[in-house]
Amino acid sequence: MLIPAAYALVKIGRVAWMPVDGALNGPVIDRLMWWNLMALCAIAVAGHLWLAFAMLRRRPAAKSLPAAVRWILLAGFCAMYTWMALTAQNLWAATRFEGPSLTAMRVEVVGEQFQWYFRYPGPDATFGVTRPQLVNAAAGNPLGIDPRDVNGRDDVVSSVLVLPAGREVDLQLRSLDVIHGFFIPGMRLKENAVPGLALHVHFTPEKVGTYPILCSQVCGLGHDRMQARLMVVSAADYAKWFAAREQAREASE
Amino acid sequence: MRRGLARVFTTDHRRLGILYLYLALAAVAVGTTLSLLMRFHRVWPNAVLPFFGVITPEDYLALVTMHGTLMIFFVLTTAPQSGFANLVLPEQIGAKGMAFPRVNAIAFWLTVAAFLVLISAAHITAGGAPISGWTSYPPLSALPAAGPGQGLGMDLWLVSIGIFCIAAWLSAVNMLATILGERRAGMTWTRLPMTVWAWLVASILTLLAFAVLLAAVVLLFSDRHFGSSFFIPMNDMIDGRIVGHGDGSPLLWLHLFWFFGHPEVYIAVLPGMGLATSLFANFTRRRVAGYTMMAGMLVAIGLLGLAVWGHHMFVSGMNPYAGTAFAMVTMAIAVPSTVEVIGWLATLWGGGLRLQTPMLFALGFLSFFIVGGLSGPLLAQPALDAYLHNTFFVVAHFHLIMAMAGVFGVFAGVYYWFPLMTGRLMNEALGKVHFWVSLIAAYGTFLPMHFAGLAGEPRHYDRLTGPATNFSRLIPLERGITYSALLLAATQLVFLWNVFMSARRGQAAGVNPWESTTLEWANGTEPCRIERGPYEYELPQGEGGFHPQWEAVAKQE
Repeated sequence: MLIPAAYALVKIGRVAWMPVDGALNGPVIDRLMWWNLMALCAIAVAGHLWLAFAMLRRRPAAKSLPAAVRWILLAGFCAMYTWMALTAQNLWAATRFEGPSLTAMRVEVVGEQFQWYFRYPGPDATFGVTRPQLVNAAAGNPLGIDPRDVNGRDDVVSSVLVLPAGREVDLQLRSLDVIHGFFIPGMRLKENAVPGLALHVHFTPEKVGTYPILCSQVCGLGHDRMQARLMVVSAADYAKWFAAREQAREASE
Repeated sequence: MRRGLARVFTTDHRRLGILYLYLALAAVAVGTTLSLLMRFHRVWPNAVLPFFGVITPEDYLALVTMHGTLMIFFVLTTAPQSGFANLVLPEQIGAKGMAFPRVNAIAFWLTVAAFLVLISAAHITAGGAPISGWTSYPPLSALPAAGPGQGLGMDLWLVSIGIFCIAAWLSAVNMLATILGERRAGMTWTRLPMTVWAWLVASILTLLAFAVLLAAVVLLFSDRHFGSSFFIPMNDMIDGRIVGHGDGSPLLWLHLFWFFGHPEVYIAVLPGMGLATSLFANFTRRRVAGYTMMAGMLVAIGLLGLAVWGHHMFVSGMNPYAGTAFAMVTMAIAVPSTVEVIGWLATLWGGGLRLQTPMLFALGFLSFFIVGGLSGPLLAQPALDAYLHNTFFVVAHFHLIMAMAGVFGVFAGVYYWFPLMTGRLMNEALGKVHFWVSLIAAYGTFLPMHFAGLAGEPRHYDRLTGPATNFSRLIPLERGITYSALLLAATQLVFLWNVFMSARRGQAAGVNPWESTTLEWANGTEPCRIERGPYEYELPQGEGGFHPQWEAVAKQE
């Protein structure tokens, strides 16, 4: 009886308030979050029951609490903190210590007050050189891609992040002006975009759907409007979308 | 006239303590009003406010910035540390006065100056108050063109914080010198009340942390006006114009700022921990369970608190290996905090509590310390923090552990030490109403924010729906938070009424109304040599007996 009950708890180990997760490593994070919240809620309740008991106990106890109880409690807490530190560390190492696989798709994310741009390297799988002096959104070059660099000729810049489901993606985060926070709640992914740095995060979108992308680091008066969409589509739809973008780019040249 | 001036420009530490409390009261009144405007705006974004009009997104960010700066610097740093320590610290250690009374007075007036400069940032400048939050991350804070309020408003913010750093530093030097050098004979380390331990650790943290913040503020000011590039990277652009000419690093600011910012949290909450320890002993009539351990753990929290700043930076672009190191140290700091809580719970376990108002607020402090503290180990895990960072979950966490615990500690102190300030007791019935309604309203305000955070709602957003997001399912929750916040603020009027009425007509307190053992209640009867510990409540002779620290140990017993 206990085993199926415990199993059911693990299975439903998902915080109902969190948005639907669509990433490969999402369920692991959600389950860890759930266990942490359950453990901490239980401790908070127990602590308050203790407080209520002490407040309602009008006649003082003859003996004080044995010191052994304190030590046992402390040992229990230390064990819990160790468990938390180790499980979370494993997860952190798995997602952040190792780079993406060599076959991961690369996309560059560039934040600018107050929008996100997504650059795909195109068929040559190489990003063209960018120069800040060439940044000119009105002329259709918001990232300052150097036209003299052949690698940049097939780059595609989009305001929507379109990704094929099931393929790992390596995001390179940059910012042109101030610090922005790149946050996709549905992918359980957050990393700042810092001017002067090119930071990498990688993840694998699994579920087809549309997910909001937010700026999570206050970046100026338009901070709350600095949002974009992630569209996770099937591999075939992705190929179609990319071909259309390539054609549009060629047509404009 | 001259007497009035002498009362204001005093070097008397007790008067300065009261002046600090007045300053904190002014700051908390403004800070609370700003937070209510934010809460109001989140629920009714299009409402036209009298004297204000519609709150725009930049107004909202200015409100956030000013609210945070006022509350953290001018309330949670001034009241528990400078306010109460000035009020009772010299008496508690049997000193004749502060070590450097003039430095102490100068520190207070510099704090006032910092407060006035900060308030002027919001009112006299065309762009209004800065909008980059109390953390002021560059390049947003380094470039006047980056947003409204980032010009003169930001300059005044920096000047204000710079002055505040110097003031906090002077105040801490004075306090350290007093604790180290002015103790009465026999006032050994193990006879110090726990409040003194807390102020000692908080003073050391102040010295180290505010020195770094002052340096950071000077560097940022230099970036803004003297052409340096400590925090602005090469080729940084604002509005299509290249402004970055050196090769600075915004991450440098994050490191400097959080090296200050995290110890600052402990500066705010340590005095409350010390006071709660004293009150639990007093109102249970018991010794502190494991005094040496409890004092040692306060020091451990302070020391570890200097090495955990990177947990604010897990997703800032910091090296992920550094994230692991900071996560481990942060998890380690949960251990001394747990020792403190277990020590308090062990003292309380036997029951028989005297549930007077100061004790209730100390219990409230403990309640917030538990609930707000427990989300700490969760946020210390980078893998989970990567989702929760900068969401309302974090707002809930620090408002419970730092703001509510800190403020309840201040309330406990005001109710407890009120007789020392006025010779009268505060009204108990009003105090109890104040406590219970504040407790419920505070939980009503901050507990639901955990859910908003888990739903992914970011901080600093002035409305729930954006181009790609729709948090409209959170609207009932947000309404509840706003109503609770209004109730919480309104309840403080009961407190103010109680303070001002009791100061005039309250019941006369007499000598040592709480039957305390520490020296601030000695009423001029301190001996030349202290021979007793700070918490000699539990006596074999029978219930209710206690030995205050000013009592001599009888030769034959």
